[in-house]
Amino acid sequence: MSTSAIPEPLPARPEAAPPVIVFDKVSIAFDDKPVLREVSFELEKGETKTIFGVAGAGKSTILKLALGLIKPDSGDIRVLGEDVTAMPEKDLFELRRKIGMVFQESALFDSLNVRDNVAFRLMEEGTASPEEIEKRVHEALSFVELENTVDLFPSELSGGMRRRVAIARAIITHPEVILYDSPTGGLDPVTSTTIIELIVKQRDVSGTSALLVTHRLQDAFVMASHYFDPQTGHMWPLNDDPTRKIPMTFLILRDGKVIFDGDVHQLAASRDEYIREYIS
Amino acid sequence: MELTSPTDFAKDKIIALQEYSVLAGNAVASLFARPRYFADMIQQADLIGFGSLPIVILTGFFTGAVLTLNSANSLERFGSLSLLGQLVSVGMVRELGPVLTGLMVAGRNSSGMASELGSMIVTEQIDAMRALGTDPMKKLVAPRVAATVFMLFFLSIISDLLGLVGGSAVASLLLGLDYRQYWSSAWQILKFQDVFMGLLKPVVFGFIISTVGCYYGMSAKGGTQGVGRATTQAVVTASVLILLVDFFITKFLMALFGYS
Repeated sequence: MSTSAIPEPLPARPEAAPPVIVFDKVSIAFDDKPVLREVSFELEKGETKTIFGVAGAGKSTILKLALGLIKPDSGDIRVLGEDVTAMPEKDLFELRRKIGMVFQESALFDSLNVRDNVAFRLMEEGTASPEEIEKRVHEALSFVELENTVDLFPSELSGGMRRRVAIARAIITHPEVILYDSPTGGLDPVTSTTIIELIVKQRDVSGTSALLVTHRLQDAFVMASHYFDPQTGHMWPLNDDPTRKIPMTFLILRDGKVIFDGDVHQLAASRDEYIREYIS
Repeated sequence: MELTSPTDFAKDKIIALQEYSVLAGNAVASLFARPRYFADMIQQADLIGFGSLPIVILTGFFTGAVLTLNSANSLERFGSLSLLGQLVSVGMVRELGPVLTGLMVAGRNSSGMASELGSMIVTEQIDAMRALGTDPMKKLVAPRVAATVFMLFFLSIISDLLGLVGGSAVASLLLGLDYRQYWSSAWQILKFQDVFMGLLKPVVFGFIISTVGCYYGMSAKGGTQGVGRATTQAVVTASVLILLVDFFITKFLMALFGYS
């Protein structure tokens, strides 16, 4: 990564676009143990929000709630303008087709090869021809630089490759929002950087909104301080370039409550002892 | 070991029964709603039906053979050895064919479904499927239920036939009886009611095997240990339910058909 290339600024986003995801006083408990308490936040169109918290803080629960995989005990969740808390499961399947999700351990279907995993959503929709599916699988796998793995099964891939296939599976239908659940968890630093670069690429090339759960603060700082340059095919540091604004915010959970929701500058300026300790 | 209060125990069982009923109901409803997964049904039918064929053939043949051996001994005491074909025929078609085939398929496929779906649950593959906009009830459960019901019906017929063949082999080769007499008495004794009872049972048992297997798989918790537990529970519950339900179906149909 060097600072030699200064690419064009990202196109301006419409100001009046409604939020993609809205959590309004959402609470949920498992076995009478509260996990989230009145959690509220908004994810704007084109924004990437990283969610931090210690293990068991309810980070992954937020993603599952946003997808409607679980229902909150109280509060409202609106995703792409739809109230997921009130939607029946059959309508949620339609909504979920507009959302990409990368699971913590990839959750690839182990009985299907990489091609069928990536093409799963297209094949289920049944609208694309086999040639179209093949083309889009190739595109998605090129994006994550894994074109040569189409015939391999998930058990034959490394952890990092599985995450990349999971990203390819999530982006194949060009979703409006992507949810990443600890995409770099358990990976070595080099592979983590590759995954982060892919997420930055998706953010800057497609302008997709995203919620990203992680416990690695350094990953989020890399994302907040780098942009992807399609010309060179790599991400580069911003170096305080005033023409470029990274649409990225941070949300920190503690004991099921949101204790911080703001951008990198607000985070750096925070005087909260817990936050200072967390980011130090 | 932590003791559970009787109230909590009863509550857990009632919740489990409710969840099972919802799954079974949804599985049936899914069969009549789009999208239908015919390719998955065929694949499951192959796995369940063709895959179970060797054990069903062996079970059917040797059950018929041993039933003939035991019955011949008893019938000989009353001088009624000529009734041997009738006894084996009624016993196999009405009872042993469907029940033993059901138990064999329960041991093989209930466990298979519970472990496969359970593994998918604990590795978040089911959540991934839902996240990708596909209903696991339609994609995974409904094809297994349809395939098991359909295939167990035919497996039971094969088992009945092989049981009669096994009986015939023992009757003619070991007991020195005329195989034509055996087959003609076996054939003539069967009434519509016997055949109906013998064909209704596998349909019900197939539904029990598949829904119980899928229920325990879909409700697996706690990693690989949970999957192991789900697998064992699926086989035990399916087997016990088959024997229980068999009694009630038999009693009901006997009353309905006016068996004395």
